Amino acid sequence: MAQLGREWQGAWAVARRNWDLVRRYLGWEVAFLLYNAISAVTIALIGETAPAAQRAQEVMYLTLGALVWNFLSIIFQEVASAVTWERWEGTIEVSFMAPLRRASYLLGTAGYAVGYGLVRTVAVLGAIRLFLPLHLPHPDWAGAVLVLVASVLPFVGMGLLGAVLPILSTERGTQATQVIQGVILLVSGVYYPVTVLPGWVRWLSALSPATYTLSLSRAAVLQGVPLAELWRPCLALAASGLMLVPLGLWVFHRGEHWAMRRGTLKRSG
Amino acid sequence: MADRIPAVEACGVCKWFSHRQWTGRGFRRETVAAVVDVNLRVEAGQIYGLLGLNGSGKSTLIRMMTTLLLPDRGQIWIFAKDVVRDRATVRRWLGRVSAEAGFFKKLTARENLAYAAGLYGLPRERVWRDAQSLLKRWDMRPSQLEVPMEELSRGQQQKVAIARALTLASRVLFLDEPTTGLDPRARREVQETIRAANEEWGLTIFLSTHDLAEARRLCHRVAVLHQGRLVAEGPPAELLAGGEDPDSAFHRLIAELR
Repeated sequence: MAQLGREWQGAWAVARRNWDLVRRYLGWEVAFLLYNAISAVTIALIGETAPAAQRAQEVMYLTLGALVWNFLSIIFQEVASAVTWERWEGTIEVSFMAPLRRASYLLGTAGYAVGYGLVRTVAVLGAIRLFLPLHLPHPDWAGAVLVLVASVLPFVGMGLLGAVLPILSTERGTQATQVIQGVILLVSGVYYPVTVLPGWVRWLSALSPATYTLSLSRAAVLQGVPLAELWRPCLALAASGLMLVPLGLWVFHRGEHWAMRRGTLKRSG
Repeated sequence: MADRIPAVEACGVCKWFSHRQWTGRGFRRETVAAVVDVNLRVEAGQIYGLLGLNGSGKSTLIRMMTTLLLPDRGQIWIFAKDVVRDRATVRRWLGRVSAEAGFFKKLTARENLAYAAGLYGLPRERVWRDAQSLLKRWDMRPSQLEVPMEELSRGQQQKVAIARALTLASRVLFLDEPTTGLDPRARREVQETIRAANEEWGLTIFLSTHDLAEARRLCHRVAVLHQGRLVAEGPPAELLAGGEDPDSAFHRLIAELR
């Protein structure tokens, strides 16, 4: 029990440290948030070019895509960048020498990422509302929340899988996580239906959890599909997370072991 | 009987690093021996100095002792616990300070200490109180602990790093060239801090340095690491001729070994 308490304290310390860093890099945070908000508004405004009859729906389709992607990509990026960030600060050996299980360390990172992602996404939503009226004839908010909750685990799992890359290759790992993020954006139907993708990449859509998150959240918010019809696919989404998180932890653990053998934990370039 | 358990023991420890080298016609894997068959024993309560030139393998050996690097061969024990098999237990006992202090530079000393306390599952307030009282004795003002670390001098950062390690480590403190790059005054202050940590806190200290005067001043025993091999070991007075300039003595030692 005492061990569990220490692990929880450690996870909390990691999350708290990240918030402290956000406060200290506030200027950068504001700059990134502004960039995010402007990107989302720009994308949502494209909907205004649709014929009048479809305009409201088109705006909402794009807005929802921008918001969901904002939330999910922050989770992925924050978890995947855990090692890069520590290396950049020069603290990786301090953090990784501590008697804290790596799972607890990553739990703290993931917990922070979810909270941070929510705050940023709400801020982006606020920015979009300054520019566009949002028409939601019959949304099912409970269903939308369920979809987001179910999507957190798969994205944390994918972030964990991405986090191992900077450990394996100090030079190219971080770039590789950016490429993965880009591919997820391309194939998941964030701003268009996946049916427009050429056949040779469409199979990737089926592998991306974001594809399901987006289609389910659109079903809930735009079409008002009730919770009773959403819970089964949401359960499948959460179940994929229950597989991806342990897989991500295992891969991270193996990657760290490899780096401890090769001496690449510390190298910064 | 428990007193006779060595604080640190290494037996036949080896570490090789390999990397791929482009030859013009293809890649060739090159292997470099960083640490070769190192055997040593550090008694509890000692300050043990590890001397060596840059690239002699000191940091690699310390990284293996502090669970950050896996030995390719041999074993290392900290108070009879294997650093690989019993990593979780060993990590509770160790503190490490390197030449780069290892802080979140935008966070204050207080915030960095709070983070470290969380990682070690220790009460934040206790760690803060202990570190604060140490730092006060080492001439740091309370206001200096509330500014971002990047605003402190290197000597002050090292003091905070040592205070952090002292409040977290319960048994052995590893100091990897802690005075490198410091001005003479800061160096002397850090050295006094090290001595106080050993005398007042009873911690075993493993100190790597290429400053022979520092080793002579602080250490109970010293070992010389050269090209990854431990080539000499004993009390400083035995290894270093009396009255000899430390730098000359060190180069003489290395030359004799060559």
